[in-house]
Amino acid sequence: MTAAAYFDVDGTLVRTNLVQPTVFYLLNQQTPAQSAGRLLRAALRAPQMALAELRDRRTFNELLYSTYEGISRDRLLLLSEECFDQVVRPALFPNARALVKRCRDEGQEVVLVSGALDFVLEHLVSFLGASGLIANRLEFKDNYATGRMLRPVVAGPEKARLIRDHAKAAGHDLESCYAYSDSYSDVPMLSVVGHPAAVNPDGRLRRLANAYGWPVLSL
Amino acid sequence: MSHPLVVTLDKRSAPRTIFYGDRLLEADFPAGTRVLYPRPPLEALKDPNAAIRYAINHPLNSEPLYAKLRPGMKVVIAIDDISLPLPPMRRPDVRERVLTVVLELLADHGVDDVEIIVATSVHRRMTAAEIRHVVGNKIFEAYWPDRLTNHDAEDPNGMKLVGKTDVGEEVELNRRAVEADLVVYVNLNLVPMDGGHKSVTVGLCGYRSLRAHHNPKVMRECHSYMDPKSSALADSVARMGRVTNEALNVFTIETTINNRMFDTPLSFLAKNEDDLTPAEQTALKALHFTLSKLPQPAREAVFQRVPSPFGITGVFAGETEAVHEQTLKKCFEQYLVPVKGQADVLVCGVPYISPYNVNSFLNPLLVQVMAEGYLFNLYRGAPLVKKGGTIIIAHPMTDQFDKEHHAPYIEFVHDVLPQTRDAMVMHKDFEPKFAKNPAYIQMYRTGHAYHPTHPFFMWYWGEAGRQHVGRVIVVGADNEYVPKLFGYETAKTMQDALDMAKGTAPRTPDILLMHVPPIAMGDVTA
Repeated sequence: MTAAAYFDVDGTLVRTNLVQPTVFYLLNQQTPAQSAGRLLRAALRAPQMALAELRDRRTFNELLYSTYEGISRDRLLLLSEECFDQVVRPALFPNARALVKRCRDEGQEVVLVSGALDFVLEHLVSFLGASGLIANRLEFKDNYATGRMLRPVVAGPEKARLIRDHAKAAGHDLESCYAYSDSYSDVPMLSVVGHPAAVNPDGRLRRLANAYGWPVLSL
Repeated sequence: MSHPLVVTLDKRSAPRTIFYGDRLLEADFPAGTRVLYPRPPLEALKDPNAAIRYAINHPLNSEPLYAKLRPGMKVVIAIDDISLPLPPMRRPDVRERVLTVVLELLADHGVDDVEIIVATSVHRRMTAAEIRHVVGNKIFEAYWPDRLTNHDAEDPNGMKLVGKTDVGEEVELNRRAVEADLVVYVNLNLVPMDGGHKSVTVGLCGYRSLRAHHNPKVMRECHSYMDPKSSALADSVARMGRVTNEALNVFTIETTINNRMFDTPLSFLAKNEDDLTPAEQTALKALHFTLSKLPQPAREAVFQRVPSPFGITGVFAGETEAVHEQTLKKCFEQYLVPVKGQADVLVCGVPYISPYNVNSFLNPLLVQVMAEGYLFNLYRGAPLVKKGGTIIIAHPMTDQFDKEHHAPYIEFVHDVLPQTRDAMVMHKDFEPKFAKNPAYIQMYRTGHAYHPTHPFFMWYWGEAGRQHVGRVIVVGADNEYVPKLFGYETAKTMQDALDMAKGTAPRTPDILLMHVPPIAMGDVTA
């Protein structure tokens, strides 16, 4: 039975968070006025998002992605490569590619597991040579984003369930699988595999990793 | 008649003071117990810099270093890492002295394509501060970080296969060294297992080469690994080293140091307790008291942050084997003490430091490697303890690890050891999985962790001792479960341990206490 390596993305492989690609899209609307309007609406929701981030990552994701409401699918896809090149790729940690490559070289299936949106991360999957993606997806109606997310929302404990399902479907023994994350909110995801590792961890995750003897990496 | 450094205790003898991790333990031993003390420090060279110049200008079995130089050539200088010496040496480290002379010579001959590589093999990378301590400010400022680097045995493009021995051992080394016109190795030889072919062939290799000799089978055939003539490990390394030296242009510089591990205020730790002056007795009591009251991090700081005043006793340069022959003579001159007869019970205090925990905590796996590895192997001839005999060690064996340096050790101790203590099973079933663990390898490459195979090597390092010794009893362990994982028994006091040992020993057992550190080696005749 083969193994998989599940990587969180934001803060783990790249310096960015979910907000930066969103800002890129909001700034790149058809007209400056549209961009300004969307940014203003997003700014008005910022305090609500900040509160949500403290309480529940899933609610935060829902609020953040509601700012995409009304953007066409074509536009999102058209700008995705540019977003990847300008926002995501420059923010890759220096040793991220080497770590992913080593996982691949060891025969592991590399899967990115992220709360970010799928159309941007697909470019990262190709760039890193990963083979799978578990990411958030927007709901579209008549090819325009509704501002809602399709279920399941990839965040917190849900990541653990999605990894379990993925491993089961792919025939991986979870005990042989690896997971990498920077955030305490991903402890459920780290806990379901046999080889969890904290990458550039926040303080809470570092303390937990030290307590459990998990490897702590700096990329 | 016994050698004067093998002291037989009588009823009036004072209690002995031995290391108990980073504390001291005072214990009474029965009359008749023999105590092996280290030799006093050999006299240090008066002018080490002159000795270095003389050695490289009058090399053994080689043309002088200057004759090997030509303008524009590429030179790699490799140096021993932080595992040598123990504890780290007071500045200037002997490596700084040798590097200074060699770099001046290279510059004088128009050689400016020079790289310095710390030959870490699968040890942890040294930090910038540690490297600065070893090479000195001037060299550090001139070479770090572009031309002064740690070896990386897992760099996908950084290793190159040199060849194979006639028994199939693969020699894969640091590519920059392999492709250099000249490799100068600057060694610091603490004990007889260091140096020689081990310097380049092990220091600059990776797992692919190490597995040829760092395995249970080879380690079981070392009697001892401190005596290269009786060590299967040394034989394997020598075979691989000859392949190395056929392919690479190697100039070896080896240095030896004396036994002056403790500076004057603590030098009494190496003395016979019956010979201590009243002032030294008071100082010993004060040290004992202070260490017993300090918290662990403070005790670690007391010992680890004070470098040792080692003196340089020899500098030898030239062809690897000819050089090492002289180095070994000097080593044995410093350490060997004749011992007549093996003991039924060998007692050792385990100190706070090993080659693998400089600036970190001596975790339980390293306690094992000190007891059944290094301390057991401090002999030439016959082992200090009889086959099936007992080793008593003093150490708390705390379930504590440096989370960065020894990350893979934690999984080894708490996941592998509960499943098996059989080195062959570990080697076959567990080592290959650890060797490929991407997280641990990343920690080795970009952090300061030992390679994931290193805990296995530490277990194999104790293999000859484990095969020979009947029992290991730990005095003063602060828990039961860790010693049990290692297959050790526990005793609250030294007296309890000695009573337990008598259960499997003759009626009046021959007890030998190794009073180390500083280092002493038994030249044992059965």
